[in-house]
Amino acid sequence: MRPKSWKPWALLSPALSAVFLLLVVPVCFIVVYSFWLRSPTGADIVAFQFGNYTKFFADFFYPSILLRTIRVSLESVVLCLVMGYIPAYFFYRSETRFKAVLLLLIMLPFWISFIIRTMSWINILGDTGLINHYLIKFGFLSKPLGMLYNEGSVLMGLIQYLLPFMILNIYVSLEGIDKSLLEAARSMGCTEWQAFKEVTLPLSLPGVSAGCLLVFVLTAGTYLPPMILGGPKNEMIANMIFKRVIGTLDWPFGSAISVILLGLLLIIVWTYNRYLGINQIFKSLQGE
Amino acid sequence: MPKVTGWSLIRIYTILVYVFMFAPIVVVIVLSFNPQQFGSFPLKGFSLRWFVKLAQNETILIAFKNSLILGSLTAVVSTAIGIMASMAFVRYNFPGKNTLNTLLLAPIMIPEVILGVALLLFIRWLQQPKSFALLVIGHVVLTLPYVLLIVQARLGGIKKEYEEAAQSLGANALQTFKEVTLPLLTPAILAGMLFSFTISFDDITATLFWATAQNQTVPVKIFGMLRNSISPEINALGTVMIVLTIATPLLAGYLSRKLSRDR
Repeated sequence: MRPKSWKPWALLSPALSAVFLLLVVPVCFIVVYSFWLRSPTGADIVAFQFGNYTKFFADFFYPSILLRTIRVSLESVVLCLVMGYIPAYFFYRSETRFKAVLLLLIMLPFWISFIIRTMSWINILGDTGLINHYLIKFGFLSKPLGMLYNEGSVLMGLIQYLLPFMILNIYVSLEGIDKSLLEAARSMGCTEWQAFKEVTLPLSLPGVSAGCLLVFVLTAGTYLPPMILGGPKNEMIANMIFKRVIGTLDWPFGSAISVILLGLLLIIVWTYNRYLGINQIFKSLQGE
Repeated sequence: MPKVTGWSLIRIYTILVYVFMFAPIVVVIVLSFNPQQFGSFPLKGFSLRWFVKLAQNETILIAFKNSLILGSLTAVVSTAIGIMASMAFVRYNFPGKNTLNTLLLAPIMIPEVILGVALLLFIRWLQQPKSFALLVIGHVVLTLPYVLLIVQARLGGIKKEYEEAAQSLGANALQTFKEVTLPLLTPAILAGMLFSFTISFDDITATLFWATAQNQTVPVKIFGMLRNSISPEINALGTVMIVLTIATPLLAGYLSRKLSRDR
């Protein structure tokens, strides 16, 4: 064949330079900026000091937001897993001819405006929203339940956003299981439940763990649901970054918080990749 | 029979998950036709007044125009870059291939807030103002990994042999590309553009960092409107966006099927 080793590089160069210039270099800038100083007038001063980091850990305010971010991320992982595994299993085992349509439907929210979907939980959970209105109308309640602006409502928004990712990851993994393994287990005398527990469940774990990682990472960096559906007590780390950078224009401190968030995610992704391998995640996203 | 009950529980559970997923979407649509002054229950009949009011709202129309232009530009640039890179990954073997592929997909795992701050900081260092161009390049970075994933999956099915056959039959490089490669690529191109358009049109978090009052997109505009409280206008706008975002892929699917049939 013709020697054309330069060709892939020519094809790759626009994508590589875009990602390098617009992602790699700017992220390095965040790291550099996080060591800078902010003068009282608001100008940034070139420096190398750890003041921004010590400020973050100086009192309990910022660390508690970091801990809350981790806690909410774990909660959303558990809830997505509980809510997502059974539908994924349903898609795997179901023999309905509407399976393709049902799968398409669960993907549909991906296409629908994130802010509209998030905002709409106010329509459902608010004081004059769907649930309160009908509970009062039918006499179950005398005054509206305060269901909004707490961690629960934030989680509602998060799960609605993240559940399809979890279901998809688990489904792709389940679909890869050779069904004859199940038949073998059944013919050897396993009950349906035993076959699930001994064969299906262990073999679906790669998808489960990929889904969990994706949900954790996406929750940890989330900005919109806590902003719209949460109160001041539900702010997460991304809200802090936005406040410092856009609100008070404190770039060095905002950068330091960004580095801390990035560091947290890096540790998690690195650990995951080391033990389980990251490519499973991309595999399931491809199916969309 | 225990097996049947188990399975029906699974079915009911799945239906409930669907209800959960679609409740917010259905409620937006229902409330957008509610003539009430406030965007909430009770339902008081059927009216199009909020859609009329929406159509008369100058700033929303401008935001729509911005979003459409931004989405289209992003789709073209991102898909062009993405197709080229995907060709490299699918067709060639070269050192560092897997590492580079992972690097290009990495933005999916990086929080948008960080992408937002990073690019803004970079622009600031270059002493450039926030502009529409910033939104476009930012959205290209956001959408590129998805284009790569989608297009690579589609490209995998196109065999090199088709092109080699054309060339052995005497077609030159340009003819081969025009007559063989391009038609085979069309579904991948359409899918990539559709994906990047939708992601760009929908993006809020990073866009909040990059947008200015002059170049607001629809989600940024909605975000601003939400500060006051939910007005019925937002529900109407939501309905319009839901219809648009469902109609676009359906239309694209129809077009691509029609295109491939005509050949």
